[in-house]
This record gives sequence, C-alpha cells and structure tokens, in this order.
Amino acid sequence: MATTTTDAASHAADAASAPGMPQLDFTNWGNQIFWLLITLVVIYFVLSRIALPRIAAVLAERQGTITNDIAAAEELKAKAVEAEEAYNQALADARVEAQRIIAEAKAEIQAELDDATAKADAEISAKAAESEKAIAEIRAGALESIQEVADATANEVVAALGGKADADAVTKAVADRMKG
Amino acid sequence: MASEAHGAEEGGLVFHPMDQFIIKPLFGGDTIHWYTPTNATLWMALAVVAVVAMMVFGTRRRAVIPSRSQSIGELAYGFIYKMVEDVAGKDAVKFFPYIMTLFMFIVFANFLGLIPMSFTTTSHFAVTVVLALLVFLTVTIVGFVKNGAGFLGLFWVSSAPLALRPILAVIELISYFVRPVSHSIRLAGNVMAGHAVIKVFAGFAAIAVVSPVSVVAITAMYGLEVLVAFIQAYVFTILTCVYLKDALHPSH
Repeated sequence: MATTTTDAASHAADAASAPGMPQLDFTNWGNQIFWLLITLVVIYFVLSRIALPRIAAVLAERQGTITNDIAAAEELKAKAVEAEEAYNQALADARVEAQRIIAEAKAEIQAELDDATAKADAEISAKAAESEKAIAEIRAGALESIQEVADATANEVVAALGGKADADAVTKAVADRMKG
Repeated sequence: MASEAHGAEEGGLVFHPMDQFIIKPLFGGDTIHWYTPTNATLWMALAVVAVVAMMVFGTRRRAVIPSRSQSIGELAYGFIYKMVEDVAGKDAVKFFPYIMTLFMFIVFANFLGLIPMSFTTTSHFAVTVVLALLVFLTVTIVGFVKNGAGFLGLFWVSSAPLALRPILAVIELISYFVRPVSHSIRLAGNVMAGHAVIKVFAGFAAIAVVSPVSVVAITAMYGLEVLVAFIQAYVFTILTCVYLKDALHPSH
C-alpha cells in the first residue's frame, strides 16, 4: 500500500516534471533569445526612427500652437482694452465738443439778442425824438394860429366899436398881451 | 475536458497549468533550432505589430488635435518620458528610446498574453533574463564610462560610520549583482504565476459543483492579471530608470 502510494506519488511527480517548467528547459533559450533580440531591435528602430520623433514633433507643435494662441489672445485683449480706451476718449472728446458748441451757440444767440435789443432801443429812441419834434411843431403852429385868430378878432372888435383900427398897433397889442 | 474532469475526480488532480508555456515550432517538426519560428516568435511578432499599430499607425495623421489612437500613443510617450525625466534625471533622456522599447515590448507582451489561447513571451525566464541583463550591462557600462572609477562610490556608503563601510560595501555589491536576478524573476514570476493560477481554476471548472466558484475566481484572477500585466511592465521600467539614475549619479 505504502509502496503503491509512493509509486503513485513518484508517478505524479514524474508526470508533473515531464513538462516540468518549460521556462527551465534551456534547450530552447537560444531560440527565444534570438527572436527576442530581433524583436527588440525592430521595436527600437521603429520607435527611435519613426514613432518617437513624430510624437515629439506633434507635442512640440501643439505646445507652440497653444503658446501662440495664448499670445494672440493676450494681444487681442490688449487691443480690446485699447479700443475701449479710445472709445472712452472719443466719448469724453465728444462731450467737451458738445459743451463747447453749446456755449458758442449760447454766446452767439446772446450777441444777436444784444444786437437786436440795441437796435430796437435805438429805433425806439429815434421814433420818440421824432414824435417830440412833431409835437413841438404842432404846438408852435397852434400858438401862431391863436395869434392870427386873436389879431383878426381884435381888428374886428375895434372896427365894430367904431374905431379905425390901426392894424400894426393891434397886432403889437395882441402880441404884448399874449406874451404877458 | 470531460475526461480531464473524470481524471480530476478519480486519480488525484491532474492539471497541466504549465502546458501553456511550452514552446512549440510554428510549422510542425520537433526540433527547435535557434532560428526555428515558434509560438514565442509569433507572439513577439504580434507584440511588434501592436507597437507599430499604436505608435506609428495611430499617430500617422500627426494631428495637433489628436484622434483617440494618437492620444493613447502620446499618453504612452508622455508617461515614460516623464518617468525617465523624473526618476533618472534630465541627462537620462537620451536613453528614453531604449527604455520606451523595453516598456512597450513588456506591456504588449503581457497584454497579448492575456488573450485566451495565446502565448505569453514574458512568462519565460529566457526573455526576462535577457531584458534584465541588457539593463544591467547598460547601467554598468554607462556608469563606468560616465564616472570612471567614481562609479565604485556607489558601493562605498560615505554617510555611514567608517567601520561599517566595508561591510556595507559587500552588501551593496551583492545587492547590485542580485538586481538582474530579481529584475527578471519578478516579471516572469508574476506573469507565469497568474497564468498558472488561472489554468488551475480552469481545471476545477470541469467539476460541475465548483464550476460557478471557479468561473468567478477565473474572472477575478483575470481582472487582477490585467492589473499585473501593466504594473509589472511599469515596475520593470521604473526600476530600469532607478538603476540608470545610479549609473548617472552614483553618489548616495
């Protein structure tokens, strides 16, 4: 019994070691090493000649693009700030200009107004003087007329009273009376 | 499969979890010469195809605004480039194509190995030992070329007390030569163990009672293996960068 079990055990061990660890079968190491070296050399050349330079170039290009884009964005931002400043400046200028125009217009209107007022004043005073002159003329004319009428009336009164009227004396007397 | 289940129930579990790692000639025949195309050759070639598809075909348009495939290629590029720069330093950038080659090969070999019925080239020590030795030799040669005898300062811990330094030097020297061993076994061991465990679970799936558990376990393991496939490639690459840093700047 014991022998059979040991037999079985040794048999199992045999069966297990028959393939054993294929890793430790040194007869095919040369084969594996040969093909491995070829594999490594091929991968190395593919990577170092084609793949890695290509990827490095792409990464560098992307980095460059990103840097450029950031620079461009910054430039645009600066431009925007500049434009805003220019806009504000223009706005301020326009405001000042508007103020100036308003002041000018006001001054012009004022001047015109003053002019018109002065002209009107002058006209009014001229008219007033004319009127005064006319009034004085009329007054003078009226006094003369009164003297003539008084003269004529005195002459008639003297004639009616039967006297012979000396025209010059009458006129003189009337003038004297009127003066007094 | 049925007979396998039968065997499993009767005569003590008969699994063949390691059969998936057997190297066979692609076009028949029994002998494997050094030049014979094998299943390992096929899956290495497919890894090359995958690398070319992703890094060359995917980026063919050289778009400033990348397509999806180009984004993945750029992601891989940026990932490794930044790793080399951060871990190994700016002067290590000239080794970037070399490190990228290692990473791309390992990551694609691992992922292609997760395709059912495929062959995982990185599960073989022959492959990982060569990869690790390449790194080891590169680092050692670069270290001596760059620093001359100063590279030996790597083993002379000047910050330790003088009495301890010879002992530390021995330890450092041993750890330095253990590097390629751990570097290679870590990768192959992780990948092989995961695949073997999946196969073991798959063997259990033949027993009707445990098959649901087995299927769930396989699914979980597969998810884990997807992680391991990437993480082991990452670990291998970052360790390469760390070793390279030692070669370029050997001071402690």
